[in-house]
Amino acid sequence: MSLSKTGVLYIAVLALACAAPFIGGYPLFLMKCLCFALFACAFNLLIGFTGLLSFGHAMFFGMAAYIAAHSAKVWGWTPEVAIIAATLGSAALGYVTGWLAVRRQGIYFAMITLALSQMVYFFCVQAPFTYAEDGIQSVPRGKLFGVISLADDRVMYYFVLAIFVFGYWMIHRIIHSPFGQVLKSIRENEPRALSLGYEVHKYKLLAFVLSAALAGMAGATKALALGLATLTDVQWQMSGEVVLMTLLGGMGTIAGPVVGSTIIIAMQNYLSGFGSWVTIIMGATFVVCVLAFRRGIVGELQHFLKSRSNKA
Amino acid sequence: MTEIFGVPIQAFMGQLTIGLVNGCFYALLSLGLAVIFGMLNVVNFAHGALYMVGAFFSWMLLKYAGIGYWWALILAPIGVALIGIAIERTMLRWLYQLDHLYGLLLTFGLALIIEGIFRHHYGSSGQPYDLPEVFRGAFDLGFMFLPKYRAWVVVMSIVVCLATWYIIERTRLGAYLRAGTENPKLVQAFGINVPLMVTLTYGAGVGLAGLAGVMAAPVYLVNPTMGSSIIIVVFAVVVIGGMGSILGSIITGLALGLIEGLTKVFYPEASNTVVFIIMAIVLLLRPAGLFGREK
Repeated sequence: MSLSKTGVLYIAVLALACAAPFIGGYPLFLMKCLCFALFACAFNLLIGFTGLLSFGHAMFFGMAAYIAAHSAKVWGWTPEVAIIAATLGSAALGYVTGWLAVRRQGIYFAMITLALSQMVYFFCVQAPFTYAEDGIQSVPRGKLFGVISLADDRVMYYFVLAIFVFGYWMIHRIIHSPFGQVLKSIRENEPRALSLGYEVHKYKLLAFVLSAALAGMAGATKALALGLATLTDVQWQMSGEVVLMTLLGGMGTIAGPVVGSTIIIAMQNYLSGFGSWVTIIMGATFVVCVLAFRRGIVGELQHFLKSRSNKA
Repeated sequence: MTEIFGVPIQAFMGQLTIGLVNGCFYALLSLGLAVIFGMLNVVNFAHGALYMVGAFFSWMLLKYAGIGYWWALILAPIGVALIGIAIERTMLRWLYQLDHLYGLLLTFGLALIIEGIFRHHYGSSGQPYDLPEVFRGAFDLGFMFLPKYRAWVVVMSIVVCLATWYIIERTRLGAYLRAGTENPKLVQAFGINVPLMVTLTYGAGVGLAGLAGVMAAPVYLVNPTMGSSIIIVVFAVVVIGGMGSILGSIITGLALGLIEGLTKVFYPEASNTVVFIIMAIVLLLRPAGLFGREK
């Protein structure tokens, strides 16, 4: 079996990602990009492939960051255990919130998830273990499996890359499984999926939990990589950011969120000196995306390539 | 000193009136959201930001032009309504044929822009808005002191809410609106300018938010983040009440403000979250909301 074009592209991108720290990539920045890319991919599983707009995904990202940071710093757990614990924790949170939210559809779903995440935010403001405004700082990265020290940025980078590849592969598998096909049918026409005998609620809930777990994995990895878990991670702005990343890259395309999140993170990095301008530019990007190119960068690209091959 | 459930009555009533004042803002904002949603099928995320703009307009009128509270009460909402009309004409208009989610995303982007602009110019700290002379002091009701301004906010909000309800449910204009909500094509075929009506509805809806902002200016510090913190609570209020009913959103708003005030007295730790907890309970028992209909 020969490799498809996409296969070649994936291998090329992976090779580039492996080489990145040696060809001038700043490891901390790259790790941040990867974590947010995974976060956006997890979010895209809901909006792009199930048609559910969650406006509260920061609660999974942030909560998992807190759990991982706390278990690594206070309890001294090894990084892989801390990340697994945080992932399971945010899956559980996803189960409870999803169970409430799937009762309503469309616009209400978005408002409910937003409200629930605000509740989680206030919980984090008041709970003692989050250290409120300060956040959990200087989280130790620890030793992977108790053996390999992750203190070096490059070593940590490969660990993060491995997690990202795993998460991305998971999402790829989910989307292309029979389960993923059912999700797409729900996105396209929910009443019809229901009348075909699928228990739509259960499918939505499972998709929500999976998305929450993966978002949690991203948050936990971020907390260890950057050594920081703060209120910013659970705030509603973060939920908005991940929506923007996905929208900009292309909702419903598997690679779109990676592109979108990289652009947004890079933008925040370069514009960090301009304060409020970052917010204004992000808002403007939202407006432009919604009005002018709703398919997102990758979506438009695919559309362009498709229309060209149709002509030929 | 008299006590209620072990709490001094003065403190108890004080929190209750603060709760009621908050409830008035919730009611005004969720009313505007409901009116806009009914007509445009857009959940207006920018509602909170425009409420903040209303508060800032009244503060700017006083600071830069020396125009006082009474004029601000009229001018600021009109200013906000004009911004709303511009937004509807230039942007929202293009999204009606699409999924409702895009309306939410667009207005979210607008909210970020508006908030960012004000934060850029005025920083995150609040600006105080001095109370007009008439409202200084309090009424002595025997068992408590009721600050005059709080009484005014409550009375004024309820009057505005009821007037809106009356216009929509009892007048000819309201009948057009309701018909336009049900079937815009048919209404247009009868010779009514539906696109204009939609524009004006959006303007009026955000004008209500601007009015709430003017009234809120002397109560809270006028700051750029006041919109985003209230809008999420208002969304929860809307989920609880359901957007189907005008009267429903007014009652839900007021009731939740009161409940929040009560929580502040008895269990302050939960005062920020109580609205969300109630939302969760309502979702369990009546998923369509208290006054909503399942579609």
